[in-house]
Amino acid sequence: MCAIAGICDALNAPVSVPLLKEMIGILRHRGPDEWGIHTGVGIGLANARLSIIDVNRGHQPLCNEDGSLWITFNGEIFNYLELRKELISRGHIFSTHSDTEVILHLYEEKGEDCFRDLNGQWGLAIWDARERKLLLSRDRMGVRPVFYTQVGESLIFGSEIKALFTHPQVGRELDLAGLDQIFTFWCTLPPCTIFKNIFELPPGHTLVFARGSLEIHPYWHLNFNRPPEILSDDHYIEQLVALLTDAVRVRLRSDVPVGAYLSGGLDSTVITALTNQFSGKRLRSFSVAFTSEDHDERTYQHEAVRFLHTTHEQMECGYDDIAAAFPDVIWHTEKPLIRTAPTPLYLLSQQVHDAGYKVVLTGEGADEILGGYDIYKEAKIRRFLGALPNSPRRAQLLRRLYPYQSNLQKMPDAYLQRFFRARAEDVKDPLFSHMPRWELTSRLKMFFSDDVKSELAGHDAISELFGQLPLEYFSWDGFAQAQYLETEYLLPGYILSSQGDRVALAHAVEARHPFLDYRLVEFASALPPRLKMKALNEKYILKCAFGHLLPLTILQRPKQPYRSPEGRCFFAGSGEDYVAQALAPERIAADGIFDPWAVSKLIEKFRAGDAVGVKDDMALIGILSTQLVLDQFISHFQRGGSLCNEHMQNCAVS
Amino acid sequence: MQRTHAELRRFITNNFLYGRNCGFRDDESFLEMGIIDSTGLLELINFLEKHYHIKVEDADLIPENLDSIDQLSQFVERKIESHRPTTVASVLETQAI
Repeated sequence: MCAIAGICDALNAPVSVPLLKEMIGILRHRGPDEWGIHTGVGIGLANARLSIIDVNRGHQPLCNEDGSLWITFNGEIFNYLELRKELISRGHIFSTHSDTEVILHLYEEKGEDCFRDLNGQWGLAIWDARERKLLLSRDRMGVRPVFYTQVGESLIFGSEIKALFTHPQVGRELDLAGLDQIFTFWCTLPPCTIFKNIFELPPGHTLVFARGSLEIHPYWHLNFNRPPEILSDDHYIEQLVALLTDAVRVRLRSDVPVGAYLSGGLDSTVITALTNQFSGKRLRSFSVAFTSEDHDERTYQHEAVRFLHTTHEQMECGYDDIAAAFPDVIWHTEKPLIRTAPTPLYLLSQQVHDAGYKVVLTGEGADEILGGYDIYKEAKIRRFLGALPNSPRRAQLLRRLYPYQSNLQKMPDAYLQRFFRARAEDVKDPLFSHMPRWELTSRLKMFFSDDVKSELAGHDAISELFGQLPLEYFSWDGFAQAQYLETEYLLPGYILSSQGDRVALAHAVEARHPFLDYRLVEFASALPPRLKMKALNEKYILKCAFGHLLPLTILQRPKQPYRSPEGRCFFAGSGEDYVAQALAPERIAADGIFDPWAVSKLIEKFRAGDAVGVKDDMALIGILSTQLVLDQFISHFQRGGSLCNEHMQNCAVS
Repeated sequence: MQRTHAELRRFITNNFLYGRNCGFRDDESFLEMGIIDSTGLLELINFLEKHYHIKVEDADLIPENLDSIDQLSQFVERKIESHRPTTVASVLETQAI
């Protein structure tokens, strides 16, 4: 796992090595082991490496035999051994055992189509000197990031936006359309980001920059077109077992030890159980435990550890820890957050790093592809209710939705029915499943200043998303539509990014997600929905397939989504100085994004202990994190420090 | 009645609209406006019980009682009325009317 950065100039202007050093230097948290730079006519590629495969020889940037192709690569290709064998049989000569080199030879063989053959997680750049063409590519699900911008005739790219900002000609300005998207979906819609003129390469896409022209093509897309059911349930279950087992097997390919995140939930326990089948040694596992009882899952974690015999480390996380780490988290997420949930995972990766681990397997992705999320269940119940809106018995089902939300449990029937009301016309809405969440989040926009509101007038984030939907979306069933919205947008934009790549690689930890193996994603997308959620039993097929490998308590436990303590963290004890500074009325007024009066009322509510609602929490975190983004990336952006330190070896410029 | 209207409007504006009075009408539905969520309802009940010294029963928890300034105000008046202790003076007052 690594960081990449680079510059390609269409007019063949020389690329500055000190600038490339600065660009990659600011990303060295992702790859602290070594760094390398390659420059040629009109091209500069940089890499900061976290050495995992062929530690001694897989230096980057790397070139082919005649130096006509160069690559800087962030990620892992899990099927590299199979591809390497095939390429050798076709006459390719390898000088390393790294997965990076496999991509180059595959590109020689297949050109741009080569990415379709890769099974992995990547963000990479290939410089084709013969054709004077730069290619950027990103994995199918969006595990690893790639950002880019254009200044004059130059394309500038990097694994994180901060690398682009070290370029003196790249402007740093908030994009209100991106902000509006975050305050609707919790994430931006690629290629849009929170910054003007800074773009994110969408997952599953390739960017080609040649002779000054830029083109972006998809090489893969998520689809839920369902073939006729020809298999029995047992066959589907067998296929799931085979695919997930293989997804775990290839993700254990590493020349350094692999650990596991074990949350105490179904998904990470299944992954850990499967990992145990391949590993002769006792597996090392890691988890977050909360001092707050409402969020803590340690009982289930201990249960899993006992059952699976792992050597476990638990990171205890309190309110103060979240408040103290939050500004650092924002430096890494590079976008505002609506929840604090990435913060404990940021602290956990520090612990994993300190334990000497660079790679962990996680259960991420199962809820998206196998139908585990509450939002799928909620939509199913609301649809059911929509058919008979006044049925008190149907309304009772709503109480089963969120057993962990005490406020909702206390809600009177009449209100419950009104809150989750689904009219016949709502049910027909192609965005039916997600409208309540998006409408709730959109209410936070009441905090926007009048100037921002007028600038955003006529702007509608939901219509923008609607306009991006593929035509076939409208032919899918409601369950598939909900899965698509979750997997296409929130997964890469938040779960794998703010809560994934960014907070793990902040401490040089690479997370691998077996459930997001594209073979498994394609299989799961074509499954009949009844196998994903049977009545209201979520991830039914996963339980059928792997139940025998799990402790009964975990198999039968009610689903609890990963959450962490929210707004009150920032007002516990004496509070953090930065919170008061970032939210001071004069600062809010000077920055101009939010209404100082409304923000001061919100803070009053928190100080009085009256802020108990989910909307208060989301508003506070959204406002605070936006203020931190403004401060860290716009008002007081600090360019990178020195690149080479005593721990880095094999530092090279070619 | 007017005082109750003003107090309720102030509470709703400060607590759910964070001081930004968007000029909603007295008969406008809180649910339709989306200003009261599941926690908001509990905050509202808490306020009514503390501020007006009334007890909101489970059976009272229907949108018809609580979903606009007008409805809330009438509900509060009814509650205060029904909890007013019957004294000789009040009986005499009623008879005089």
